[in-house]
Amino acid sequence: MRKAWEVVIGLEIHNRLATNSKMFSGAANAYGADPNTQACLVDLGYPGVLPVLNTEAVRRACKFGLAVNGTISRRCVFARKNYFYPDLPKGYQISQYELPIVVGGELMIKDDEGNDKRIGITRAHLEEDAGKSVHEGFDRSTGIDLNRAGTPLIEIVSEPDLRSAREAISYMRKIHSIVRYLDISDGNMQEGSFRCDANVSVRPKGQQELGTRTELKNLNSFRFVERAINFEIERQIDVLEDGGKVIQETRLYDSDRNETRAMRTKEEANDYRYFPDPDLLPVEIDDAFVAEIEKTLPELPDAKQARFIKQYELKPDDAEILTLSRPLAEYFEAVATEFAGKARTTANWVIGELSAALNRDGTDITDTKIGPAGLAGLLSRIEDGTISGKIAKDVFDAMWAGEGSADEIIETKGLKQITDTSEIEKIVDAVIAANPAQVEQYRAGKDKLLGFFVGQVMKQTAGKANPGQVNEVLKSRLK
Amino acid sequence: MAGPAIHLLSLAELAKGLSSGDFSSRELTELLLSRVEKHQSLNAFISITADRALADADACDNARSKGNAGALCGLPIVYKDIFCTKGVLTTCGSRILEDFVAPYDATVVERLSSAGAVMLGKTNMDEFAMGSSNETSYFGPVRNPWDSRCAPGGSSGGSAAAVAARLTPAATGTDTGGSIRQPASLTGTVGLKPTYGRVSRYGMIAFASSLDQAGVITRTTEDAAMLLAVMAGFDERDSTSVDHPVADYVGGLTAPMKGRKIGIVRQHFDEGLDEQCAARVKDALSALEQQGAELIDVDLPNLDLSVPTYYVVAPAECSSNLSRFDGVRFGHRADNAKDLFDLYCRSRGEGFGAEVKRRIMTGTYVLSAGYYDAYYLKAQKVRQLISQDFKNAFEKVDVIAGPTTPTPAFRLGDKTDDPITMYLNDIYTIGANLAGLPGISVPCGFVNDLPVGLQLVGPHFAEETILACAHQYQMVSDWHRQCPEAYS
Repeated sequence: MRKAWEVVIGLEIHNRLATNSKMFSGAANAYGADPNTQACLVDLGYPGVLPVLNTEAVRRACKFGLAVNGTISRRCVFARKNYFYPDLPKGYQISQYELPIVVGGELMIKDDEGNDKRIGITRAHLEEDAGKSVHEGFDRSTGIDLNRAGTPLIEIVSEPDLRSAREAISYMRKIHSIVRYLDISDGNMQEGSFRCDANVSVRPKGQQELGTRTELKNLNSFRFVERAINFEIERQIDVLEDGGKVIQETRLYDSDRNETRAMRTKEEANDYRYFPDPDLLPVEIDDAFVAEIEKTLPELPDAKQARFIKQYELKPDDAEILTLSRPLAEYFEAVATEFAGKARTTANWVIGELSAALNRDGTDITDTKIGPAGLAGLLSRIEDGTISGKIAKDVFDAMWAGEGSADEIIETKGLKQITDTSEIEKIVDAVIAANPAQVEQYRAGKDKLLGFFVGQVMKQTAGKANPGQVNEVLKSRLK
Repeated sequence: MAGPAIHLLSLAELAKGLSSGDFSSRELTELLLSRVEKHQSLNAFISITADRALADADACDNARSKGNAGALCGLPIVYKDIFCTKGVLTTCGSRILEDFVAPYDATVVERLSSAGAVMLGKTNMDEFAMGSSNETSYFGPVRNPWDSRCAPGGSSGGSAAAVAARLTPAATGTDTGGSIRQPASLTGTVGLKPTYGRVSRYGMIAFASSLDQAGVITRTTEDAAMLLAVMAGFDERDSTSVDHPVADYVGGLTAPMKGRKIGIVRQHFDEGLDEQCAARVKDALSALEQQGAELIDVDLPNLDLSVPTYYVVAPAECSSNLSRFDGVRFGHRADNAKDLFDLYCRSRGEGFGAEVKRRIMTGTYVLSAGYYDAYYLKAQKVRQLISQDFKNAFEKVDVIAGPTTPTPAFRLGDKTDDPITMYLNDIYTIGANLAGLPGISVPCGFVNDLPVGLQLVGPHFAEETILACAHQYQMVSDWHRQCPEAYS
């Protein structure tokens, strides 16, 4: 019966911009300091203080707008969103309402069938973040940490174009990738630099009119977004199939129980009383400013992926993985440029061994222990036959452990491949002599035993014998 | 020493006295502090900063002896208690900030202090600058030195009373709808509200951000010019301050009246204006004409909409500006709050007075969903029309002259039960705030022994012009030299 319903999802992504200082004050915009050590009088909302716009935040928002083909408003206005909460020192959040900095935009994702799909972006606006309430460690009271208060965010609002949790994730990953490519945000989800609210509704297939939506708040990992949306879809369909009505409300996702819970209904919703902030002038953006930013736009994931497929003859899936993060893509290209062999080999190593090692260490490419030149050096030794692919993995691990370059490790550990035919023949003969029973069986037609002999030879040579040559010699000697 | 007593001297005269060594800054400061002490019944001050003033005066005398005298070295000043002063109580006339010691100096304070001005204390004011009589102050009303039964006007009532009573030659004030000019008019002093953006608002506790402007109350126009020269100028901490060159305001005072085109607004003299006040203002206008000015009729067709417009825009902004007073980080906090909601309601309920609550509620209402367009947005449109009216008028004239207030000082308690009548006291002053224009009120006579003020309003950044006109008028009048008898 679930097939009779169509899911409609729109996302609001809150992305912290990694500027040096806050949106409207000179306090540092860095994560992880002791509570309230990065909050100046402006962030604390002291009497008499005034906000001063950080133009770097404007620049970064423009950069995002251009990257998603949005329109940069030549005049945008900051508005106050009024509500009371202890982590909101002024009693209002400075945001944008009627005139946001970015209007419209789009990006491409893969739908559930793997086809390209366009997702519209309604708008992206600049706003300051609120502080944080801290409930742990206080007896029957709540602590307030205002380090986050006033940090710059862009809120990116999608059109209701997403049709499944997977599409939503795909869209979110794309945005995540773009903001990191643009270097406007660190995108760190654990630290709350990239989080999202999801508007979810369902309607009978074929119906034009949208169903009543609920808003799922503060989803701060890809996994939670997926789970929360899927839970909510099931819940809404259950309600509707039981003849009930979905209530327009805000719901909170509880990751421990994997469920969403009602937070407040539309009737209880705040009237935010938005109005233009009289402390800030409208932001006038001229063509020169936009043109200058346009020049700094890097090659974006989609373009890079297409180029990798063409230029390096990569498989589309590999190109997608390699271009998801800009540093990874740049790493790949650096290796591929230095290494004379096939780019596909490079891709395999970067996606395989290197990514596995990074995962093991829980770090990312920017902290890699083997630089592009190092990996290229290793791959060259495979290519020129100095070592086998198998030995190369050991060399890789040694390099990762900081034991030196590929050449140094091959030299000191004596890992150079044995390619001298007479030497291989000697070892092969010794192996044949030592295993008469297996020789008999092989000659009686048990071809599978060839692997056993290869293994024995490799054991004798600590894996250094050239596997091709070993095969050849074995086959001729065992005839 | 020959000549008038020191406390009667203007800032410019005191500067001369200090530099020629007639008296020291310490002597001057001690004299004025003793007067402040003696006349406490005026209730003009919320804080008296005597120790600090004397220390600063000594430092100024010392600097002067070494040849390092700044522009205002050793000259006394008082600050309206809306300006944040580092380490000094800053109450804004409110219970909610009864114990608030500001951790920083407002830009105005910083600039005046670094020029050498010596702070004697902080003056009483209507709570959060919301009032026209100084009666909304948590610290009680200020009395008018000309008649202690009367209000000194507001909201900068303490500043105006202190200057009129010769407790200080100069005071800062703020003007959102007339809060400098109206009390100046009712106390026989000079009140200057500069162009919006001329003086930094940083450190001035906000009432209505798009209207608030810092200025001064003095006894002479020359003194106002001296102070403005120090206070004015761009401040990167206030995005609405304007990077516009600061003119030589004192040097510009000698510009002659001859050839000035002075606009007269017919509506100013319609019903509502006290007949005797009208007569004094007309006398002043004749004096300007005799000095060579040309009087030209101008029309401000939307003038009657200025009070209602103001009472939508100002409360809207104040309802949001005052949200930060929530009992969480500073200011009054209710005891034994049951929960967060209770903490908010009681801290604010106990901390704010009736007029402030009235404006917060009005402002919240006009910004609410469903009412925003009809009130706030409409008011902003009318504000544009009013600005345009002034712009059109200033194509024909250099300044617009008229009454500052409809009546002389009224009795304390007379209008407290009727907010609308109280609001109408600002009918002639509000237009300049809505349009962001500079305005000045200068004494132009008396009605029943109470002072009357002449208001001059100029185009944006034409402080030089209105100061010159006011100064030229003061050259041929002596109303500003009249001192209330009990304070001579």
